[in-house]
Amino acid sequence: MEFDLAETGVRELNRFLHDTASSGSRVEVGNPSGRHNIAVGAMHGCTVRINGHVGYYCAGMNRNADIVVRGNAGPGLAENMMSGTVRVQGNASQYCGATAHGGLLVVEGDASARCGISLKGLDIVVGGSIGHMSAFMAQTGRLVVCGDAAESLGDSIYEARIYVRGKAAGLGTDCIEKPMEGEHFEELGELLDRAGMSHPMREFRRYGSARRLYNFDVDNASAY
Amino acid sequence: MSDKIDRSWLLESATFSRPVIREIQRAAREGIYDIRGFGAKRKLPTFDDLLLLGASMSRYPLEGYREKCDTRVTLGTRFAARPLEIATPVTIAGMSFGALSAQAKEGLARGATEVGTSTTTGDGGMTPEEREHSKLLVYQYLPSRYGMNPDDLRKADAVEIVVGQGAKPGGGGMLLGQKISDRVAEMRDLPKGIDQRSACRHPDWTGPDDLEIKIQELREITDWQVPIYIKVGATRTFFDVQLAVKAGADVVVVDGMQGGTAATQDVFIEHVGIPTLPAVRIAVDALKDLGMHREVQLIVSGGIRSGADVAKALALGADAVSIGTAALIAMGDNSPEFEKDYNELGSSAGYYDDYQDGQDPTGISTQDPGLGARLDPAMAGRRVANYLRVLTLELQTLARAAGKTNVRNLEPEDLVALTVEASAMARVPLAGTDWIPGFEQKR
Repeated sequence: MEFDLAETGVRELNRFLHDTASSGSRVEVGNPSGRHNIAVGAMHGCTVRINGHVGYYCAGMNRNADIVVRGNAGPGLAENMMSGTVRVQGNASQYCGATAHGGLLVVEGDASARCGISLKGLDIVVGGSIGHMSAFMAQTGRLVVCGDAAESLGDSIYEARIYVRGKAAGLGTDCIEKPMEGEHFEELGELLDRAGMSHPMREFRRYGSARRLYNFDVDNASAY
Repeated sequence: MSDKIDRSWLLESATFSRPVIREIQRAAREGIYDIRGFGAKRKLPTFDDLLLLGASMSRYPLEGYREKCDTRVTLGTRFAARPLEIATPVTIAGMSFGALSAQAKEGLARGATEVGTSTTTGDGGMTPEEREHSKLLVYQYLPSRYGMNPDDLRKADAVEIVVGQGAKPGGGGMLLGQKISDRVAEMRDLPKGIDQRSACRHPDWTGPDDLEIKIQELREITDWQVPIYIKVGATRTFFDVQLAVKAGADVVVVDGMQGGTAATQDVFIEHVGIPTLPAVRIAVDALKDLGMHREVQLIVSGGIRSGADVAKALALGADAVSIGTAALIAMGDNSPEFEKDYNELGSSAGYYDDYQDGQDPTGISTQDPGLGARLDPAMAGRRVANYLRVLTLELQTLARAAGKTNVRNLEPEDLVALTVEASAMARVPLAGTDWIPGFEQKR
């Protein structure tokens, strides 16, 4: 099935993904031209290939679908995604993977600020670098960064795990470096495999919560 | 204080009153601000400062119990394929499972459904019990996105994007660790027993231009079927309402500073925002300025207690109201029946506001299974339904007396103010005069 968004607009595409598509459906999307809300709320295990750049919230709340963007993605890529796979062959703007619950999000290029904000179970693998305040208040899930991380990485993080191959410019409140042990190498290797990326795992460092701020204590007031 | 002391000459400081002294000393002991539930307790201008003008020679009234006075309202007529049809213009406001027990949420759902109005989820997501017992359920879309998922989104009868609430406009929330049961923790994807912070801003949009796109996303996911509300705490209400309309809201919810909360700093509850009374008038001004009054429906909340409050809010131009604290009280919150339990917690019936600590003896604002079991959802639902019926009957009584066949025909012209402040805020004349402070009336 092919959709030329210059002709149909996103409504027809999204309606098809909700009502008609089934597991095994293959959907090609042409002329996305930065349109917003492309392939949002998909709920079947279909494959969607988007040939060009997309605007805000592409693949938002995806469930089951395998979505590839052959271009760059605007803000809120795969926000609140539940399952399935979303891959962007270019770069992703702010808040990619925000609040997402499950599945795999791969950004082959760089991801901007607040990547994985309020993460709730999604796995994110970024081939390049990520912007500031990434994994802010991330609850659970994993974030792998093959490049560098900008300032305030993992600020106020809960139980999410972060792996960074390059340099972290600065850690946010209550985020600390943690040792890489056997289970972490195994986990990292599996995530890189799923993302189709290969790097020496010993080059990665792991970050997570110090768990000092899990319950409010006035003696920690200066940390806020 | 000894009985031998003659108290008649003792003069209490208005600045350092006994509650103020107590709070300073508590702060000095504990080193932390007071976090509590309930809403603002300070005295504020309210709908009590307005009066309705009944019919006489220049208007004729409708016969009570006989002549029809319609209370039905349709919400979300702007873009949604399936607007909400409610039988009474009183809805149940968003309150979370987590802040409230499952029994309380079910009771609210049962009560609302019995009278044909809507209830609302809260931070923490939609519970199956709530969905099952709610004929009309509004699903809140909050900054935390706890429990948010597309399946529940599609089960909703409307979606309410929460930008803020009256008790704490500009503030996030905190569900303290003692209320995080296994079920609450699972729904929110966080470990049991830790404080759960609810963010003050949405994670993936930052202003009205972004919000417009976000609303389109939610409409796409729900196939343009259900109304999208935007809820704001009352602060810069004129601009907030206009921006909400610009962003594409079907319904705007304005929550005045009397609006309740489950856990917020006392300093926030009492010192941020504006009262519901001016908020409703300003919101209506904003809609009229855009030519969107009645096109985009306005729901007002924050301290609504009686059919008189509802009538006055509608007369000022609201399409409906929401109740939260009053609905909890209807279910038994602060009832003298629990006086002994309240005393053991250092409080008393009529004063209890520690919704944050999970020890609510009524079983309403708790996650303790034993306490929750004290609240029978069927009985709670019956009480909520009874209360909603009384509000509706009171509203109809007042509307009929003003000669209205539909409660939404109430208008500012039916109101006068008892105080200069209320007159200025509501922009209705001071009773017995044609004077509205700060407003030159055109004749």
